[in-house]
Amino acid sequence: MANVISDETIEYVGILSKLKLDDAGKEQAKHDLEQMLDYIDQLGELDTDGVEPMTHVHPFSNCFREDVVTNGDDRENILKNAPEEKDNMFAVPRTFD
Amino acid sequence: MSKEYETVIGLEVHVELATKTKIFCGCSTAFGAEPNAHTCPVCTGMPGSLPVLNKQVVEYAMAVGLATNCDITRHCKFDRKNYFYPDNPQNYQISQLYLPICRNGYVEIETGKLSENQKNALKGKTGSDIAESGEIKKKRVGIHEIHMEEDAGKLVHDDWGEVSLVDYNRSGVPLIEIVSEPDMRSAEEVIAYLEKLRMIIQYLGASDCKLQEGSMRADVNLSVREVGSTEFGTRTEMKNLNSFTSITHAIEGERNRQIDILESGGKVIQETRRWDDTKFESYAMRSKEDAQDYRYFPDPDLLPVDIADEWIEKVKAAQPEFREAKIERYKQEYQIPDYDIELITASKRMADIFEEASGICGQPKKVSNWLMVETMRLLKEKSMDPDQIRFSPANLAKLIELVDSKVINNSTAKEVFEVMFDNDTDPAKYVEEHGMKQENDEGAVKAICEKVIAENPQSVADYKGGKDKAIGFLVGQVMKAAKGKADPGTANKILKELLAQ
Ligand SMILES: [Zn+2]
Repeated sequence: MANVISDETIEYVGILSKLKLDDAGKEQAKHDLEQMLDYIDQLGELDTDGVEPMTHVHPFSNCFREDVVTNGDDRENILKNAPEEKDNMFAVPRTFD
Repeated sequence: MSKEYETVIGLEVHVELATKTKIFCGCSTAFGAEPNAHTCPVCTGMPGSLPVLNKQVVEYAMAVGLATNCDITRHCKFDRKNYFYPDNPQNYQISQLYLPICRNGYVEIETGKLSENQKNALKGKTGSDIAESGEIKKKRVGIHEIHMEEDAGKLVHDDWGEVSLVDYNRSGVPLIEIVSEPDMRSAEEVIAYLEKLRMIIQYLGASDCKLQEGSMRADVNLSVREVGSTEFGTRTEMKNLNSFTSITHAIEGERNRQIDILESGGKVIQETRRWDDTKFESYAMRSKEDAQDYRYFPDPDLLPVDIADEWIEKVKAAQPEFREAKIERYKQEYQIPDYDIELITASKRMADIFEEASGICGQPKKVSNWLMVETMRLLKEKSMDPDQIRFSPANLAKLIELVDSKVINNSTAKEVFEVMFDNDTDPAKYVEEHGMKQENDEGAVKAICEKVIAENPQSVADYKGGKDKAIGFLVGQVMKAAKGKADPGTANKILKELLAQ
């Protein structure tokens, strides 16, 4: 129970994940995150000196495609995934640059 | 201003690679398609879809790395850069943070001699830090790394509704990002560096590198410090620079802005600024709400890339002759002026046409002349790049042979060339079909000359009275009467003979 998440941290994580949390939600999230970090901290009990960080489980590499066009115009299907469609484009809440 | 300042500049250059397909899916990268016509579940970030790496992207990135003296990372990986924005459908961009494909390179730049781009960027400017010193200085600009990544989609703002519209045709188009060391000290060096990169990449055919069209994009990291200081000042990053002119202006504007802040006792804030080309000033882009914390982590969907020595050797062996080597060879091989060599080799396409046409007709001087004069003129007139040249070297060689064998004269050749320039028309056929062959029958030319002499007694008298120039007018009259199809040399000769009688 060593990890303590500060108010600033939970605020910041909220901004990064685009979540609006009320006060009760923030407390709950702090509690959950603290527990997760404590759980992960168990890994610290292992001796990992000289062990390479592993990012892939399988011992494979070099899986390539040749540079050949294989996909045609599939707008009809792709645009079905859009929350809303307009002029053959995905309509999303207005953004500003 | 009592203190003297030094500008320290590093560049992040994004280059769109010339592959036929996207980096992780088989969608086309061709320009000009209907919105979202080049999309699939992978490049629109649909759950469950899996990326597969385009081998050509790795080869282009390696080729650029080798040409810029980089070490190739034998074991490299992709990472996810997390951020939320609708142009980025996965909510992360696949990039390389921890093990980029190329590291630790450099390019050599030359300053002190203004290039065409630098001259244009300086039009109407005074007090610029670009000046022609006459003394050519060589300098190395370090390349920190080159990594592979994917481009984002394009947002279109709908003027009518409350929505933005997204076209994912560009989403997943392969890019390399070339990150320089903070080795540049002036706008002149920055432009020399960009030109050098562009030349190398264009020669490799890895990209067309067009700043205006966005296939080459430069972000400028700039700080100032007092001359003699060994520590760097706080830097800002400037985006939205899409021409050499705006890069030059933005560097000067930002340098002055930072010096003003320091002189008045303030502190420069590390931030991203956007250059406004119409107002000639930059403004800060991000607020606290847009915290830049990308939480990179290795992408588990993509396998690592292991690059063996044999692969590197293969890519090395396929490298073209680069510009410096070409210039040296041209000086040995062809009897053409250094200035012509500079201009012809400034575009690989132009150089290729030059070599091939010279090889066919054996007249490098004449080929160079057609490229330097008529080709350059038409390119400029039509605002085209050398890459867009349509006429074949074979047809240019044929045109030169038509003039040499006196089938057509020079002015007819220019006329034919304009048609050829547009449609790669076969010049011999065109001349035949349009009855443009010159009159090589001396008897026919002589008859015209006699008629012209009879009709222009004044000029004849002038010529006989010692005004040699009058012959020019008479030749012109002969050409006119022959509808341009006479050989001016022959006309001149015959006229002189007749007038001497
Ligand atoms: Zn796709």
